Amino acid sequence: VDIKSMTSYLYWLYCQYELITCSYLMEPWEKVLFYTVNVATLVTLAYAAYLFVPARISGAFCFVLHLLGNQPENTVSIMK
Amino acid sequence: MANPSAVCNGHLHYHQKQNNLLKSGISKKNGITKGIKKNGVSNGSLSKKAFIEHFEQAPMYVAVLTFVGFGVGTIFGYLRDFMRAWGLEKRNIATEREQQKDFVPLYQDFENFYTRNLYMRIRDNWNRPICSVPGPQFDLMERVTDDYNWTFRFTGRTIKNVINMGSYNYLGFAETDANALKTVAKELQKYGTGICSTRQEMGTLDKHVELEKLVARFLGVEDAMVFGMGFATNSMNIPALVGKGCLILSDELNHTSLVLGARLSGATIRIFKHNNIQSLENLLKDAIIYGQPRSRRAWRKIIILVEGIYSMEGSIVRLPEIVSLKRKYKAYLYLDEAHSIGAVGATGRGVVEYFGMNPDDVDVLMGTFTKSFGAAGGYIAGKKDLVDFLRTHSHSAVYATSMCPPVAEQIIRAMKCLMGLDGTTQGLQRVQKLGKNTRYFRRRLHEMGFIVYGNDDSPVVPLLLFMPGKIGAFARRMLEKSIGVVVVGFPATPITESRARFCVSAAHTREMLDTVLNALDELGDFLHLKYSRYSKSAHPELYEESRFELED
Repeated sequence: VDIKSMTSYLYWLYCQYELITCSYLMEPWEKVLFYTVNVATLVTLAYAAYLFVPARISGAFCFVLHLLGNQPENTVSIMK
Repeated sequence: MANPSAVCNGHLHYHQKQNNLLKSGISKKNGITKGIKKNGVSNGSLSKKAFIEHFEQAPMYVAVLTFVGFGVGTIFGYLRDFMRAWGLEKRNIATEREQQKDFVPLYQDFENFYTRNLYMRIRDNWNRPICSVPGPQFDLMERVTDDYNWTFRFTGRTIKNVINMGSYNYLGFAETDANALKTVAKELQKYGTGICSTRQEMGTLDKHVELEKLVARFLGVEDAMVFGMGFATNSMNIPALVGKGCLILSDELNHTSLVLGARLSGATIRIFKHNNIQSLENLLKDAIIYGQPRSRRAWRKIIILVEGIYSMEGSIVRLPEIVSLKRKYKAYLYLDEAHSIGAVGATGRGVVEYFGMNPDDVDVLMGTFTKSFGAAGGYIAGKKDLVDFLRTHSHSAVYATSMCPPVAEQIIRAMKCLMGLDGTTQGLQRVQKLGKNTRYFRRRLHEMGFIVYGNDDSPVVPLLLFMPGKIGAFARRMLEKSIGVVVVGFPATPITESRARFCVSAAHTREMLDTVLNALDELGDFLHLKYSRYSKSAHPELYEESRFELED
């Protein structure tokens, strides 16, 4: 792991983000405002993911197991 | 002629024929037509030259991200406008006086939304004052801003020897060499600078007559007329040629001067897609079949307005197809060679020579002296009847001040150099150097993977940037590396296609071009501009062969 090239790559990514969203053109207080909004949105999304996604995934997993688990019984019932 | 093998057979014979005619005094018109026909370069047929143009589309994510950038810019624009309206921020643009607040508004606030909120942020990349001749290198005045581009102040220092990739100096005639400007200095001492009159009153000098004869000879037409300003040549002469009841078919991407002239004339204007022969033919068919909109009468005149090289795209007009269409449907052709005169063609005579056609095919040849001749002004050339008509009926001829004598002399010396009349081959060398520089620059840019628009032979090279944030970053960083470029965005280009436009010059040396190309390579990697999906491989042999076999 090369720390120098890693940090320069991250800096390059940050520059790309700045250019694409036009925050390169903004005055400092506008940049602060923009980044605050962005970071707040990301944090909210991450928190929501942390709260809800595990329950949803385990629910989906149970549903799939339910489908698979029922199969032998269904075939047995048809054969009868 | 120094190097006959560099010029193809038809053209060499054409020049010799012209010299013979001058000696024997036979009329030029007959001689030129005979000369070209004898050598089998047919008029109006599809040219044998390969017509390679690129208009590559960017990947989809680029368009999406461009709109994201504009969206964020617009949101912040609304925020700033809100703050200005509610007094939270100082207003720097024009506003009405307090006493007149209840009157009809003088300044339409919302229309300037884009200027106020997006253009102002990167305004330092335009209107940069230069303080030397705009040759291959120039000096810039250094300026800084304290309040984010609303006002500038000069520090007093100059940035020296910035490589000039933005000036229209195609043949390198913007020079200060005392030897080259000897005749211009002499004329300045003889005539002074002012004319103080219009052409019709007392403003026609012997210099103008000499220049007009030279221009007519250079282009191979009967007569020409010169005007003091290139933009005014278009906007003031089109109204003299067409009026109500006529039809103008104008290309989508025509220059503002052509659009203004067309609108001032009062004729009906229909637009065809850029360089699209099918679209033009459909419009011509409809015009002939249906006639004028309500009365269904035949149109008095149908005129097609095209340019030789389009300055924002770098594309060259499809002249042979357009001439064959115009013959078939009996329309007139007006060709604006502002960027192509001197820059394309084997001896620099423009797109007519580039396609090997007869100048008689084009009804009105128009051009400017600003780009390839290092002077100012424009000309209209064609048949003698046309030019005589314009001398009396054009607004520019009747009301505008004529060209000043030192400028006329500069054009005369540049044109004589180009035609070889000053006894050297410098003119031909300049044209060939420009061709070499153009091809080299474009080839390297394609190889690096940039999206570059336009024809391979046009010295105008637009490099696509797409995102609004990159426009400012690109221009500023290039200036830090001592290279001056021109960047263009909305509204001069479509909203997603902002670009940097390079103008290659014959005065650029290979080293200068290499410096620029290396800087572009670095900057392309840093700003992630290399969007092309068809970039050439690092082994160019395969491609070069198919290119060069058509070049002699």
